[in-house]
This record gives sequence, structure tokens and C-alpha cells, in this order.
Amino acid sequence: MSTHPSAQYQIRTSPHGLNLQLSGDWQFQSGIPNTDALLQQILNTHPETLSFDCQQLANWDSGLMTFLVKLVNSCNENNISTQLETLPTGIQKLLQLAFAVPERKGSRRAVLGQPVLAKIGNVTIEMHRNWSDLLAFVGELFFGFLNFLRGRARFRYSDLFFQIEAAGPSALLIITLISVLIGMILAFVGAVQLRMFGAEIFIANLVGLGMAREMGAMMTAIIMAGRTGAAYAAQLGTMQVNEEIDALKTMGISPIEFLVFPRLLALCLTMPLLCIYADFMGIIGGAIVSATMLDISFFQYFQQIQGFVPLKHFGIGIFKAGVFGVLVATAGCFRGLQCGRSASSVGFAATSAVVTSIVLIIVADAVITVLCQLIGI
Amino acid sequence: MTMTSHLDIRNLTMAYSDVIIQKNLNFTVSHGEVFVIMGGSGCGKSTLLRHLVGLMEPSSGDVFVDGVNLWRVPLEERNQIVSRNGVLYQGGALWSSMTLGENIALPLNEYSNLNQKQVQEVISYKLSLVGLAGFEDYYPSEISGGMRKRAGLARAMALDPDILFFDEPSAGLDPVSSRLLDELILELRDSLGATVVIVSHELASIFTVADNSIFLDPDEKTIIAAGPPKELLKTSVDPRVKQFLTRTI
Repeated sequence: MSTHPSAQYQIRTSPHGLNLQLSGDWQFQSGIPNTDALLQQILNTHPETLSFDCQQLANWDSGLMTFLVKLVNSCNENNISTQLETLPTGIQKLLQLAFAVPERKGSRRAVLGQPVLAKIGNVTIEMHRNWSDLLAFVGELFFGFLNFLRGRARFRYSDLFFQIEAAGPSALLIITLISVLIGMILAFVGAVQLRMFGAEIFIANLVGLGMAREMGAMMTAIIMAGRTGAAYAAQLGTMQVNEEIDALKTMGISPIEFLVFPRLLALCLTMPLLCIYADFMGIIGGAIVSATMLDISFFQYFQQIQGFVPLKHFGIGIFKAGVFGVLVATAGCFRGLQCGRSASSVGFAATSAVVTSIVLIIVADAVITVLCQLIGI
Repeated sequence: MTMTSHLDIRNLTMAYSDVIIQKNLNFTVSHGEVFVIMGGSGCGKSTLLRHLVGLMEPSSGDVFVDGVNLWRVPLEERNQIVSRNGVLYQGGALWSSMTLGENIALPLNEYSNLNQKQVQEVISYKLSLVGLAGFEDYYPSEISGGMRKRAGLARAMALDPDILFFDEPSAGLDPVSSRLLDELILELRDSLGATVVIVSHELASIFTVADNSIFLDPDEKTIIAAGPPKELLKTSVDPRVKQFLTRTI
């Protein structure tokens, strides 16, 4: 703890102007006096020169330096000459460094509020740019697909197998847990209602139909959006930050073919399979509730499903899963490639990949459901 | 344009949205020349490099590579042109899911007819050039930042490119490695006749390797000095160039 008094100043007149006497500890820790009044006092007097007397100055740190920088800047603006040579050598050197590189013209950003119309305009331009980027991305994806069909797509099959493993077998545990629970929830909800009519056996129809046609594909897609879509966005986003994507481009290798295509293909192949698995797990979940709550045996339950849930419903669910797979992979990879060059933009890319995927999944589900109604399946 | 010019930049203006970074840039890089792009931090050196390697389209102006306008040819042709370049990025930019060997093997497999045994031999040779012999099976995450950079250089040299672009090659390297890198750059020019374009503000390195240079200024937003750095040191009267080259304030 310093034994010196806290920061103090005093202004005296000198032959050519003012002399500022600084004394005591000028440190953040011991407190810096409010210097606005001092500045105003000096500027009002408008001396020819300002000199310093630091004989009584004890300890100092950036608290003193910020004050001096502000003071010297104000004096320069008001044509008051400052005699910096009257300051201690250390302070002089630090001030020299602080003023060595003048502020770059136009570098300071105006923090003026934007008019509402300008904000709307900027958002519209941003949306337009986003859509243009998405269309360009889908276009490149299409050409990549054509190259794949012609056997000219440039990607490593080892990457494809790795992505298939990451998107498929590695996701089984979470798919099992969620699907069994969804099946059980469907059965619980149905059981309460169906029991009132003595129609408990139809719980098998409810769970079978619900899982096969809708919930199996939907829940798998949402899990994969949160798990794999976000991972794709984060992986590609990090590659963008580390200039790995640039490195591919400057070798003339398309990141769409090399990075996006294996991921897209992996999800397209694994999603229908995961959907079948989720359907089966959901039905088992329903069977557990039926057996424990409604005294319906497994045999009765599966026989009921076999009799009243035709395979076409499973087919529709599997088709949906394939479509959702394309959407999740596209959204994840698109957001990843769109990522900026900072760590925070990787997080943003992952978040927006999940949001985009879920919105696309719901919209696509609605469209497919309406189309199925129209063609009567 | 002279017969020997490898890169010819004409009236190039670079911008991010509406913000102009540099404008009216005109310079040529001759075959087999070590050319340095100098300037203080934030003046747009790396952005200029991104334009030269085909990563960013100019706001206006042209980039000619061996007489071909890089941004006026179809994408496939542009990819062909840029695939003859080698680029060393600031952080190495190694593909993190691949080993160092696989990183170097990718361009070799894509653009050469070498069999796998020959590819392995090239990988060993390129890694030994940068002092990383025996590191073929390491992943980028398992080596230090300086080693990653050297491995990035080995990948950039994989196909013996016509032009090598270096973005801050010495940053993050110890003095000895930095000096070895300078030697390697000169050796690549002398033995392979490669053209080398370097973005740098490492004075020792600049004075050792550069045949020619330009100096970008962030306030004027254009080239304020051009010529061999040693000449600029003697003859330039611009205080900004002098300050930079003599490391004074």
C-alpha cells in the first residue's frame, strides 16, 4: 500500500502560459480525480503554452497517461503548445508511442442509429443475398450430382464411409431412446381415450400408423438436424475459419464435390434406414405400454399392426426421411460454407443450420402430406 | 505487358461491399521473380493475395496470369489455372481430418499420374525439405503451429507449382526456421524457376529474398512505392516507406 497522498493537481500561471503541477499517486487503484473541470479551466484560459511540474508526482500508471493523452489532444485542437519535455522521461516516451501512429482516416465507425427504412432495406438486401447464395449452392450441388453420375465427382470414398458411419450407426443410441419414448407417449395418449370406448386394441393402429407415416421420419430428421446438421455446419465453418476451404479452392477442387457431396450422400443413404429403425423402436415402445397398461399381449399388438397398417405407410415415411436427409445435409453444409471467419460465426452457423433444417423439415412434411392426400395415398 | 511477365495486375480495385480496400493497383511480376507485397497491418495485403490466387473477384480491374485474364475465363479454366499455383496460408490451412501425408497426397492424386509408391516418395521428399521428415502419419492437431506452417508449405510445393504464394510465411516461426524458409524460397526460384509472391512485413526476410516489391498504404488506398526493397530503402523519400523499412517511429 502506497504511503503517498492520492492524485492531486494545481494550476499556476507561468511567464508564457500555465504550469500544471501534478502530485501524489496517479493510479487507477488509488483513484483518479475527475479531470473534466481541469480541462475546461485550461481551455477557458487559453494559454500560449502548457508546461508540467512533476516533482511531487509519486507512482503513476495508465490512469495518468489517459488523462495526459486527453489533455494533449485537447490542447493540440485548441492551438495550445504543450511542453512535454517537462514531463518525466518515461511518460514522454509513452506519449510519443501513443501519438506515433495517428488515427487512420475513416477508421472510426459512426454509431448513428439507422432510419427504419434503411434497416428494412438492409434486411431485404441481406435476404436477397441469402437466397442468391442458396440458389447458387443448390446449382453447384446439382452439377456435383451430375459429375457423380458420370463418375467424375472428386471426393474420397474414405470420407463417404466415415460420414456414413458418423451419421448412421453412431446415431442409433439416441434414435433408440427417442423413438421408444415417442412410441410410449403416443400409446399413453391414445390409451386414455380409447379405453373409454373399450377400443384398446386400436392402440396398435394408432402407434403403428403414427410412427410409420409421420413420427418415425419426423423425429429422426429432427434428431439428425440437431446432431448431424449442426455438426456439418460446425465442421465446414471451422474449415472456413482455418482457410482449409480456401486451400481446396486454390487447388481447383470444388468444396461442394469434396466436402458437401460425401455428407449429403451419407445422410441420404442413412436417413431412410434410421427411419425404418425408428419406426420399429417406436412400435416396440407402444407395445410396452399396451402390455403393461392395457393387457394387450405382444402377439395381439403386432398382429393388429400387421393387419391394419399397410406397408405403403412405411413407404411414405421412408420417402419423407430421404427428403429430410437431403434438406438437413443441404442446410448444414450451406450454413457451414456461408460461415464467416471468426469463432462466433461458427456457433452462429451451427445454430442457423439447426433452425433452417427444422423449418425446412416441417414445410416439406406439410407439402408431402398434402400431396399424399391429393393423390390418395 | 512484357513477354516475361507472369502476373499482370491492371487497375485492380478491391472492396468489401462498398468499402474500398485498395484501388488502381498496377504492377507486374516477372517469371522467376521473388515479389513482396509490403505494407502495414490492415492495409489489404492478404486481400490482394486472395485476388491473385482466384479466391476473390476484383471490384474492378483485371488479373492476368501468363496473359490469361483470370476473371474473364470459365470456372473450369480458372480452376485449371489456379491448380498450378501453390499457396501457403497464414495458419498453414492443413485439412484437419487428414494426416500430413494425406494432405500432400491429395493434390498429387488429383493432378498427377503418379502411382501410390511414387506419391509416398514425393511426400517424404517434400516433408524433408521443410524439416518434417517422418511426420507423414501425424494429424495437424498433433503438431505445433510452426510445424503446421511448414507442412502447409510442403503441400503448397507438392506439384512443383509455377507460382508460389506465401501469406506471412515467417509469422510464428523461430528465427532459424524463418531463415531456412528464406533459403528454401530462393532455392525454389533458382532450381525450379518458380515465381514467388510473398505477403510479409518481416524486414529481415524481405531484404534477404525480395527481387521486387510494392508498398500498399491504407490511407491513400493504393501503391505508394514500388521497386526492389533495398533500392527503396536507399532512394524512397516517402516517410511512410522509410519508417517501415527502417523500423522507426
